[in-house]
Amino acid sequence: MSGSFLVDAMVYLAAAVVCVPLAARFGLGSVLGYLIAGCAIGPWGLGFVRDVESILHFAEFGVVLMLFLIGLELDIGRLVRMRRSVFGGGSLQLALCGALLAAGLAAAGLGWVPAIVAGLAIAMSSTAIAVQTMAERNLLNAPVGRGAFAVLLFQDIAAIPLIALVPLLAAGAADAGNPWVDGAQALGAIVAVIVIGRFLTRPVLRLVAKSNVREVFTAFALLLVLGIAELMSLVGLSMALGAFLAGVLLASSEYRHALETDIAPFKGLLLGLFFIAVGMSINFGLIAARPLTLAGLTLGLLALKGVALALIAPRLDVAPRQRWLFAALLAQGGEFAFVVLGVARSARVLPGEWEALLIAAVALSMAATPFLLLAHDAAESRSARRTSEADVIDDDSAPVIIAGFGRVGMIVGRLLFAYGCRATVLDHDPDQIELLRKFGFKVFYGDATRLDLLEAAGAAKAKVIVVAVDDADKSLRIVDLARAHFPGLAIVARARNVQHYRQLRSRGVMLIERETFEAALRIGRDVLERLGAEPYEARLVADTFRRHNRADLEQMVAQPRDAQSAVAAAQAGREELEEMLRLDRARRGREQVTGWGP
Amino acid sequence: MITVIYAHPHPLRSRAGRRLLDAVRDLPGLAVHSLYDRYPDFSIDVAAEQRALAASRLVVLQHPLYWYSVPALLKLWFERVLAHGWAYGEGGTALRGKDCLWVATTGGPPEWYTPEGPHAYPFDAFAPVVRQTARFCGMNWLDHIVLHGAHRVSEEALAAAAGHYRARLVHYVEQAAAA
Repeated sequence: MSGSFLVDAMVYLAAAVVCVPLAARFGLGSVLGYLIAGCAIGPWGLGFVRDVESILHFAEFGVVLMLFLIGLELDIGRLVRMRRSVFGGGSLQLALCGALLAAGLAAAGLGWVPAIVAGLAIAMSSTAIAVQTMAERNLLNAPVGRGAFAVLLFQDIAAIPLIALVPLLAAGAADAGNPWVDGAQALGAIVAVIVIGRFLTRPVLRLVAKSNVREVFTAFALLLVLGIAELMSLVGLSMALGAFLAGVLLASSEYRHALETDIAPFKGLLLGLFFIAVGMSINFGLIAARPLTLAGLTLGLLALKGVALALIAPRLDVAPRQRWLFAALLAQGGEFAFVVLGVARSARVLPGEWEALLIAAVALSMAATPFLLLAHDAAESRSARRTSEADVIDDDSAPVIIAGFGRVGMIVGRLLFAYGCRATVLDHDPDQIELLRKFGFKVFYGDATRLDLLEAAGAAKAKVIVVAVDDADKSLRIVDLARAHFPGLAIVARARNVQHYRQLRSRGVMLIERETFEAALRIGRDVLERLGAEPYEARLVADTFRRHNRADLEQMVAQPRDAQSAVAAAQAGREELEEMLRLDRARRGREQVTGWGP
Repeated sequence: MITVIYAHPHPLRSRAGRRLLDAVRDLPGLAVHSLYDRYPDFSIDVAAEQRALAASRLVVLQHPLYWYSVPALLKLWFERVLAHGWAYGEGGTALRGKDCLWVATTGGPPEWYTPEGPHAYPFDAFAPVVRQTARFCGMNWLDHIVLHGAHRVSEEALAAAAGHYRARLVHYVEQAAAA
C-alpha cells in the first residue's frame, strides 16, 4: 500500500462514496459503482494506488465473510437437500463450460493442456459479483438464485483440486509435494472446522455473550471467521469454503442473527474493496495495445459460457423464462481465475502473455456483468406481456416476535407455543436461551433495540410484537423502532410501572399490561378466601377493582405531567398512588354485588 | 357414587340451598361439587368433572332458579362438560343409564307459579329444559324436588324439605345396594 493506511482508507472510501451512489442512481447496481471507483483510483486512472495485488488479496476476505454469511442462512438440512443441484448441476456446468472454453482457446492458438487449464479457470464464475447482485435483486431464495448458488458452491469445491493439480501438469514438477500428505492435511482441517463450528463455538459464544460487551462479541465473530480462513489457506483449501462450512454449522445456533448483524457491515465494506481492487486490476495499457484481441476474448468468454449456462439451467430447476437471467448472473469469470491462471503461469503451464490477456478478459467480463443484467432486464420488459409465474420464496417467518424472554415473555411464549403459534424470540441472556433451545424453542441471541435485528427476525412480515424486556428504556426504544419502521406490526407491551405505562400510552401503544397487576389481584383474592370470602365473591371483588383501577389509570395518564427528572417521576408516582387510594376509599362499601337474591 | 352438582354463586349467603346441602353432605359415597367455589373464574376443569360423573350412578343438580333457569355457571357446565362425543352424539354414551335428580329452590312462594301469579306459569312449565338435557344424555329422570319461597319459608318447612331430600337419597342408596 502506498502512503499511510489512513490516506489509503480515505481514498477507497471517498471513491466508493462518490461512485456507488451514482451507479445506483442510474440503476447500474453497486458492483459496477465499485468497479468504476477502482478504475478511477487505480494505476491506470488517477494512480492513487499502485500495489493492486496486495489489496486484492486483502479484499478477498470480503468474499470469505460473504460465504460465511451465506452459510449462516443455510442449515445442514437445506444443504443436504441441495446436494443434487450442487454436485449434479455444478459439475455439469464446470464440465460443459470448461470444455467449450478450452475448445475456444485451443482454436485461438493455445496448446491443448494450457487451454484445458485456462478453460476450467475461466469457466468458474464470480461468487462475489453473482451473490451480491442476487442479494440486491432479492433473488437468493428464488429458484434461479438457488441454482446459481449451487453452481458457485461446486466451483468453490472444485477450485481446490484444480489449483493443486496445475503445478503437476508442469514438466518436471518434482517438488509438488506428496498428495497423500496434502490430502490428509486437508481432511484434518475440515474435521477441525466441523469440531470448532459444531462443538466449541457455541459455548465460547455463550461465554463471550455473557460478558455483555458488544464489541467483544463482534471481535470474536471476526476472529472465528479469520481463524478458519487462515486454517484453510494453510492446508491449501479455499478460505471461502471453510468460512461457508463454519457458517452452515452455526446456522442452527441461537446466535445466528447476532453473528449476521455483526459481520454484515465488514462483509459489505470488504466486498466493496474487493470490487474496487478488481476495477484497479483492469490493465488499460493492455486494452489500449490489443483492443481487438481482448474484446474477442471477453465476448467469446461471455458468449460461450452464457450459452452453456442457459443450456444447463433446466437441470437446476431454473424456470425456462429465467434461464438467460441465470446465464447473465454467472457468465463472467471469477476470483478463482486470477488464482488458477497465476498458478499456471508460475508453473509455466501457461505463457505469460496469455495469462495477462485472460486476466484482463476476466476482469472485463466481471465489469460487463451489470451491463448484461441491464440488457436482460431491457429484453425482459420488452416482452413483458408474458404470463408471470411467481418465484417461490422461502418464507418461514413467524407471526409473533417476542422481545425479551424473561419472566414475562417466557410465559407469553409458552402460551403461544402450547396453542401451536410460532414465535421468534429475541433475548440477550445466554443461559435462558440455552435452556429454552433444549426444549425446541426458536430463540435468537440479540438486542431487540437494534433495527437490523428486528428486521432479521422478520418484523416486516410478523403481525404482533410482544415487548416484554425488563428494562423500561429498552422497551420504549423497541416501541419507537417498531412504530417508525413496521407500521403493520401490532405492539403488546409489558409495563414495569405506572410511569412506564404512561410512556407507552403516550407512544400510542394500546395493549399494555402492568407486569405485577394480575398476579397481585390473584394474591388478593387468595387472601380474601383465606379470610372466609366465597371464591366467586373474591373474584367479583377483584374484577371490580380491576375495572376501576384501569379506568383511574387511564384517566391519570391522560393528564399531562412533568416527567423531566427522576425526582419528578418519583413524585408523580407517589401522587398517582395517593390519588388511586383516595378513589378506592371513596368507592368502598358502595359497591354491592348485585344479582338474583340469595 | 352420588355427585351433587351444586350451583350457587354465594353459597355462604344462601339460606335454603345451604340447609338442603348440609342435610345430605355426609352421606357415604356422596361428593359435592360446588361449582362457584371450584370455578370462580368460570374455567371449568372439564376432564375432572367428567371423571366424577362417569364414576357416579346418580347425578344431583341442585341450584336456585335464576330467571326460570339454571345459574350461569351451571349452564356453562352443561355446555362444556356434557360434551359431544362424550355425553351425546356419536360415541357419547358416558351418562347413559345413570339417574338424574333435580333439586331446585325458588325465591317466590308457590302461588307465584300460577296463571294469576307474577310468573304466570306453573313451576313444572320450567322443568323441561333441565329434564330434557338429562334425558338427551340418556339419563333417567327422577321426580324432581322443589322448595319454593326460600327466603321466607319457615324453619319447620325448611327442616321438612331437608329431611325429605335426605330420605330420597338414602332410599336411593338402599335401592341401589339391593339391586
